[in-house]
Amino acid sequence: MAMSNSFTRYISSFWKGLWSLLKGMRRTIIIFFRKKTTECYPENRATLVISDRFRGELVMPHDENNQHKCVACGICEMNCPNDSIHIESEMVEDENGKKTKVLRRYNYDLGSCLFCQLCVRGCPHGAIEFRNTFEHAVFTREKLVKQLNREGSTVVKKR
Amino acid sequence: MFDFAVVTEWVDGLLRSWLPESWAVLAEFFLIGLCLLLAYAVIALVLILAERKVCAYFQCRLGPNRVGPWGLTQSVADMFKMLIKELIQVRHVDNFLFNLAPYIVIISSVLAFGCIPYAKGLEIIDFNVGIFFLLAVSSIGIVGILLAGWSSNNKYSLIGAMRSGAQMISYELSIGLSILTMVVFSGSMQLSTIVESQADGWFLFRGHIPAFIAFIVYLIAGTAETNRGPFDLPEADSELTAGYHTEYSGMHFGFFYLAEFLNMFIVASVAATLFLGGWMPLHIPGWEGFNAAMDWIPSIFWFIGKVAVMIFIIMWFKWTFPRLRIDQLLRLEWKYLLPLNLCNLLLMVIVVVFNLHF
Repeated sequence: MAMSNSFTRYISSFWKGLWSLLKGMRRTIIIFFRKKTTECYPENRATLVISDRFRGELVMPHDENNQHKCVACGICEMNCPNDSIHIESEMVEDENGKKTKVLRRYNYDLGSCLFCQLCVRGCPHGAIEFRNTFEHAVFTREKLVKQLNREGSTVVKKR
Repeated sequence: MFDFAVVTEWVDGLLRSWLPESWAVLAEFFLIGLCLLLAYAVIALVLILAERKVCAYFQCRLGPNRVGPWGLTQSVADMFKMLIKELIQVRHVDNFLFNLAPYIVIISSVLAFGCIPYAKGLEIIDFNVGIFFLLAVSSIGIVGILLAGWSSNNKYSLIGAMRSGAQMISYELSIGLSILTMVVFSGSMQLSTIVESQADGWFLFRGHIPAFIAFIVYLIAGTAETNRGPFDLPEADSELTAGYHTEYSGMHFGFFYLAEFLNMFIVASVAATLFLGGWMPLHIPGWEGFNAAMDWIPSIFWFIGKVAVMIFIIMWFKWTFPRLRIDQLLRLEWKYLLPLNLCNLLLMVIVVVFNLHF
């Protein structure tokens, strides 16, 4: 009896093994003809889709009047764990004698940024945001230090 | 169908008209050797590219696609890299054997390569024990592998070589028995006769059940014989590093690499010759128009096509199945394939004796 048991086990394990191997081969041949996931990067630039949530670089959006929303409060500079942001500001007195802080230069070092988004989260005016651009390769590190506010731009006046 | 004997006889006549008899024969030897080595190198390059492409497609990738259109010249570039690499002199190795081993491996594979009938009238070594000779020379490769492991003076190489030797010697039995089954069926060991006798139906169809079982067993054993996955035990990165060719560098490593790929080609072409009719077109008895249309396709394309299908199946095995452990590997051979093969041989004898085949 034991003999016949082991013999049937031998036979059945053979067929079971063969069947599972054939199942595996069926699976792999389906995958063989499936669409490939490789992106041919420089060629497919025109059709490349990058998620909007991808953090490529920090930008400061300007509207059509060359105005941004930054009030130079410095929260982003304080939030930044890597000291990538440096804000140069000055006090300006308007015609009513009211003093306001005005942004001169918003310096951002892409090379030391770790894309944590703490600056964007902390910004009370939504003045800065991350873009999904990603082609940032340059030859020197100095070129990675960018000024985010444009020349001659002003802050949007609150109404 | 175009007979390549026309070309070879023309070359023969030309040489004989220019040179005396013995010199003409010598020149022919050189020419054949040159063509053989050239074909060997080209096929190896094509196979390496095919392997990488097929592997990539099984993994949902595209594979090499930067060098040349569709990555076609990638393996040529790899070959040049391999050729200009330094041959590192390893200290404390048995220098003579160490340098000899890759040549033994490559010579055995080139010898086996020369036996295959490629097309009508394109056979290099063809005599009455052709398939037996092919088996014999292809097993010389084991000696090279064992030598490589032994002379490297490295425990990983030695264990890898021993594993490889155990594996190849075990699976040689299965290969031999499944070939024997087909020899029983065809009644000849001469490769050209075997191909000719498949003119009115390939052996895989004419020999039905036993031929089919022999085909499956041959494929499994052939995969194991070439040390390819899922039987690639001699190379185990985590335990044995690269196995028997751990200490080799440059072109000596390249020889092992080439031989491995060419052995796959040889296994595939022997399978094509024995089971799928070699260069013989697909003929169905009675369908005269169909047979004539099939004859119109040149025999070399039939051969290449069949070999390509076989190679694809072997690669499909590699990228589907998980690797076996050494004990599982030997159990598969000795407890499953060998008894199956012996029963199959008996079945084939019965089929032939009672004329049960088509």
